[in-house]
Amino acid sequence: MTNISIEAPETVRGQPYPGAPDNWRRFFTFSTDHKVIGIQYIVTSFFFFLIGGTFSMIMRGELITPDADLVDRTVYNALFTMHGSVMLFLWTFPVLVGLGNYLVPLMIGARDMAFPRLNAVSFWMIPVVGVLMLSSFLVPGGPSQSGWWAYPPVSLQNPTGNLINGQVLWILAVAVSGVSSIMGGVNFVTTIFRMRAPGMTWFRTPAFVWSVLAAQLIQLYGLPALTGGAVMLLLDITIGTSFFAPERGGNPVLYQHFFWFYSHPAVYVMVLPAFGIFSEVLPVHARKPLFGYRVIAASSILITVVSGSVWVHHMFASATPSWMRILFMVTSMLVAIPSGIKVFGWVATIWGGKIRFTTPMLFALGGISNWLFAGITGIFLASVPIDIHVNNTYFVVGHFHYVLYGAIVMGIYAAIYHWFPKMTGRMYYEGLGKLHFALTYLGTALTFLPMHPAGLMGLPRRVASYDLEFAYWNVIASIGGFLLGLSTLPFILNMVSSWIRGEKVGNNPWRAYGLEWLTSSPPTVENFEELPIVVSGPYGYGRSRPLVGNIPNPGLTEFPESLTQQKS
Amino acid sequence: MTAERANPSGELRNAQEVEVNVRHHQEHDAAGNSKFGFIAFLLSESVIFLSFFAGYIVYKTTTPDWYPSGVTGLETREPFINTLVLVSSSFVIYVAERYLHDKKLWGFRLFLLVTMAMGSYFLFGQAMEWRSLPFGYQSGLFGGTFFLLTGFHGLHVLTGILLQTLMLGRSFMPGNYDNGFFGVEATSLFWHFVDVIWIVLYTLIYVWQ
Repeated sequence: MTNISIEAPETVRGQPYPGAPDNWRRFFTFSTDHKVIGIQYIVTSFFFFLIGGTFSMIMRGELITPDADLVDRTVYNALFTMHGSVMLFLWTFPVLVGLGNYLVPLMIGARDMAFPRLNAVSFWMIPVVGVLMLSSFLVPGGPSQSGWWAYPPVSLQNPTGNLINGQVLWILAVAVSGVSSIMGGVNFVTTIFRMRAPGMTWFRTPAFVWSVLAAQLIQLYGLPALTGGAVMLLLDITIGTSFFAPERGGNPVLYQHFFWFYSHPAVYVMVLPAFGIFSEVLPVHARKPLFGYRVIAASSILITVVSGSVWVHHMFASATPSWMRILFMVTSMLVAIPSGIKVFGWVATIWGGKIRFTTPMLFALGGISNWLFAGITGIFLASVPIDIHVNNTYFVVGHFHYVLYGAIVMGIYAAIYHWFPKMTGRMYYEGLGKLHFALTYLGTALTFLPMHPAGLMGLPRRVASYDLEFAYWNVIASIGGFLLGLSTLPFILNMVSSWIRGEKVGNNPWRAYGLEWLTSSPPTVENFEELPIVVSGPYGYGRSRPLVGNIPNPGLTEFPESLTQQKS
Repeated sequence: MTAERANPSGELRNAQEVEVNVRHHQEHDAAGNSKFGFIAFLLSESVIFLSFFAGYIVYKTTTPDWYPSGVTGLETREPFINTLVLVSSSFVIYVAERYLHDKKLWGFRLFLLVTMAMGSYFLFGQAMEWRSLPFGYQSGLFGGTFFLLTGFHGLHVLTGILLQTLMLGRSFMPGNYDNGFFGVEATSLFWHFVDVIWIVLYTLIYVWQ
């Protein structure tokens, strides 16, 4: 074999920040380094993930018995509202922005994002969102109780009569999060369009970058619609306009249009980066090029386009005219085509590959299997007759949790494990990682699978008490929910201890083929000693072609067995 | 190590040419990035207006009692003068930008001041119109949407004037605009954006009655 050395050159630079964690203080500063900001995003949002998870476990504790006995019904309403809002606005969005922040400039061979200071400002808005959102527990009347979608007229109720009430704080939090997301969207799109390394044409750009681009384009065209709706809702609550208030002649259904015009594509904002992660992780751990790379890359953009015209499928039961139902049923089902293309591409990638069941690979495969299931129930829900039958039942809850936890959170975990050696220069403990995967996968199935039969039987969502006939499925789901809570413990233990004492594994432990692995681990400030000149496309496994022309760079060697069997 | 590089001569030469072009592009074109980003932002911002416009159209076509009692329509003469002033100010700020491009600072300042005066006249006319109206923002969907659209647009005009003030102030810092003037370009783009939005808004609210 005439393979090229894969070690990145050990550059010694006079860098202000040597590797982590000896310099952990920099994560608490207003840093403009995209790698610091990325980790700030990931860690901060994981903290909110734990808070949102605590809310959900209180709810699962309440639902373990048919009666509303653990918490008051109003508290339960506040809990599901806050659970949804925290998980979406403070965990899933920001953690994916964090991963994108860390990886996109490295993957496209840029020194930083296009607007580093704007990037830092976007991040520091996230704690503000968290404070606004959670401080609503302290105001009289408590947090918003209208669910994460805040439909009027429920969200227009203001029993305390105060100007500063839970609903207003919720809108303000969402508005700040929206500003942060728009700034992030502008930053990502500019970076990806204009900062790619010399020679990195569009079809040499990794699939993850494509998916982040597709997701951020959705933010740019979709989020303003939600902003518009939120402004009108805020005016209705605070100064008494009548946009959405039916008793004053307003039209509450219009809010639903504004809300879902963004919030359905928002699902793709979250799931597209997860798709990108699968597309990156599978080739590395199966030692094969990504099958159908160009089609997979282009299908991300196709999802962006189609997602702009699917939103009414959330409103089949909102007195929607039948021509509209049929139209949006068809467009919603169209999304299955690009998603299906991706799944076929992933399966073909691992087919006949030298698969190594490392933790990131397990999470990626688990995520894809869950995505397949969630996609199929998604087709159910896009179909008008079934949707009207299961509208507002646990079937819907089960479906979107399979998307969000089963596919997206698993993808996030896969990314964190896969790029952990990149971010820290150290390897995580494989045993703890596998334990984490087993608990997560089992917990996901136990929690969210029972919601489907319960929903088909007619268990409505957002209720604190239910008929005895649903008890069986609810008890199983609650046990699974606690298991999911438990599953974060080995993860936290693994991350903290590996970052401090994990084995140092050099710059490219996975023998991966990509620009981000060409530089040192953790990368220095400004990433590259010399900007790489890209001379071939990504995923060159088994091709013995250099990736860049101007610095020594990876060919491919055998994947070392020792990495899959680590002492933990 | 046997550093075998596939076709080293051909691909490397190619790559070096690309490098020269693109690196120049990348490292010395921060202003280009800013412009790209600003246009992306404006396109995104326009969707807020588009959603308000869509809401207005839905409300106007579906509401049975569109006008509050005692209101038959909007006076169009003064708003039309206002429109003319705002739209022509777009040309004035363009002239200002050309002066700056030719490094003629006083011409730039003069025409920027004229733009600001025209913008302020527009805001003043808007305020006068608001004061004379027989309905308020609580007068049904007509009142609500009218004040939402004109108010939200007025906020943008105000932002534009503030940006212009900033640019005017910066022109007195010695050498500030010697190495490019992205700030002025962005202000100008923003002002054109505000104008185009107003033309749609005027058509929707005043022409279509």
